[in-house]
Amino acid sequence: MPIPAAPPATPARDPSMTVADPPATVPAARDAAPMLRVASLRKLYGGRAVVRDLGFEVRRGECFGILGPNGAGKTTTLRCCLGLTHADGGTIELGGLPVPAAARLARYRVGVVPQFDNLDPDFTVTENLVMYARYFDIPKRVARERVPRLLEFAGLADRAAARIDQLSGGMKRRLTLARALVNDPDVLFLDEPTTGLDPQARHLIWDGLKRLVAAGKTLILTTHFMDEAERLCNRLCVMDEGSIIALDTPRGLIERLIEPVVVEVYGEGVGAWAERRARAVVERLEVTGETAFCYMHDPAPLLALAREEAGLKVLRRAANLEDVFIKLTGRDIRD
Amino acid sequence: MSGRFWHLVERNFLVWRKLLVPSLIANLADPLIYLLGLGFGLGALVGSVDGRPYSTFLAGGMLCFSTLNSASAEALYSAFSRLKVQRTWEGILHAPMTITDVVLGEWLWAAAKATLSGAAILVVMYGFGFARGVAPLAVLPVLFAVGLCFSGVALIMTTLARGYDFFTYYFTLLVTPMGFLSGVFFPLHQLPAPVQAVAWALPLAHAASLARGLTLGDPMPWPWISLAVLIAYGVAGVTIAAAIARRRLTR
Repeated sequence: MPIPAAPPATPARDPSMTVADPPATVPAARDAAPMLRVASLRKLYGGRAVVRDLGFEVRRGECFGILGPNGAGKTTTLRCCLGLTHADGGTIELGGLPVPAAARLARYRVGVVPQFDNLDPDFTVTENLVMYARYFDIPKRVARERVPRLLEFAGLADRAAARIDQLSGGMKRRLTLARALVNDPDVLFLDEPTTGLDPQARHLIWDGLKRLVAAGKTLILTTHFMDEAERLCNRLCVMDEGSIIALDTPRGLIERLIEPVVVEVYGEGVGAWAERRARAVVERLEVTGETAFCYMHDPAPLLALAREEAGLKVLRRAANLEDVFIKLTGRDIRD
Repeated sequence: MSGRFWHLVERNFLVWRKLLVPSLIANLADPLIYLLGLGFGLGALVGSVDGRPYSTFLAGGMLCFSTLNSASAEALYSAFSRLKVQRTWEGILHAPMTITDVVLGEWLWAAAKATLSGAAILVVMYGFGFARGVAPLAVLPVLFAVGLCFSGVALIMTTLARGYDFFTYYFTLLVTPMGFLSGVFFPLHQLPAPVQAVAWALPLAHAASLARGLTLGDPMPWPWISLAVLIAYGVAGVTIAAAIARRRLTR
């Protein structure tokens, strides 16, 4: 599928997605400034650095992805950006406001979809949205007017009066997303928005997020699903052990950091075969268990070799973001 | 100080309103059972206390004890559910609300709810004729101060707690002994002088003194000091609780 290499210059505002009144016109200079600017960010837990010298900028209207294995510091970075935890060094500017000094003010223009649902189980679907709007000082009447569009956006129009424990996991996520839009934010922070969802539910969330980007919202999301990042993100960074180790468009990362063709060879004894025969004709080789991952520009010589060997199965495909990710962060399990 | 804590009070009020009827029945039934069981049962054995029926004496103490229980239950179990189990606080803190707003909101809400529990006892006292006229109504603001006092202290436990089990210690080691020390179930002057001195350092003795003074016309040794003690405990409690919550949640 085509991936935009850069964010659209002038994000079209889809009127159906503007949940609240149109925002007051912002000065052009502010519009051009990045939505989020992080510089030299550092965060220690018990003397151990979980975020080290982190720096990146998120432009207005783009979807920016933060990828990384478990424990890479993604959630900590988001929490710092929202002013929910205080960094040990560095500067953060969110929507032009310094964080954490003016974090509370900055959050008036922010929506958050946390990693774990924290919908209010004491309220119905509608009540959750109305009450959450109150925390933004939005009058109850205005909040009630916004509810139908939010429910429609979340595909929950027929669940307005449902209790939270009557919703499926996917519905809860969609309601959390709708709740994050209750203040018509400029920027959304999404921490692993589709973790734990089935494919149908994930696609529904992706669809919603694409509509938000089309409506001109800025999205900042963490994920460890490469297909999610590849589909949604205009630009993304790969984090590992608290640092950014790569930052580009998805296409740029694949083109820059990895050989374009991957051949996966499966079968008993494939490791020995790969070392003996394949290594000479590929550019990079990784063997895990009964699979050899071969990276190269021209797969013809390898495919010819593999055909000679009975019992080997071959899958040829284009390199993707997952290959980049594995190359950068290794194949070891992170817990 | 901003008024943002009202959003949290509003939230808790709206949830409470959904369970209005069972909540009000519990508010009335619980003290009634105590008063009937202890007051008339035990009262028949005890006879009179300080020149009046035991049930009348007990009702004055129950005003405070019921308020204390209600404030504690709300600020411990219910607030802890919202802090940890339901992650309600976390959600609220993603909005433009601060930890101080949330803790202040919980404090005021628990005190308000506790006042209602105390007021239910007052209704019972009017019903049995223990309280007469409008003068006893002056106890209502005092009950709010009692609520502030014990919900403030309870919030320290809540922000420290890792699980509900922790609250059992609070009740067993602090609340129950304080109940017996503070002149709720029997007059304070029956205790040895050193124990009385300890009791007057605890807020419940002051609460009971004010409650009996205002509803039954008993002499109050230091009414303004008593009120100040209640408010001081409450303010100190909520201040410490907010500091602990900040440490716990901004990690």
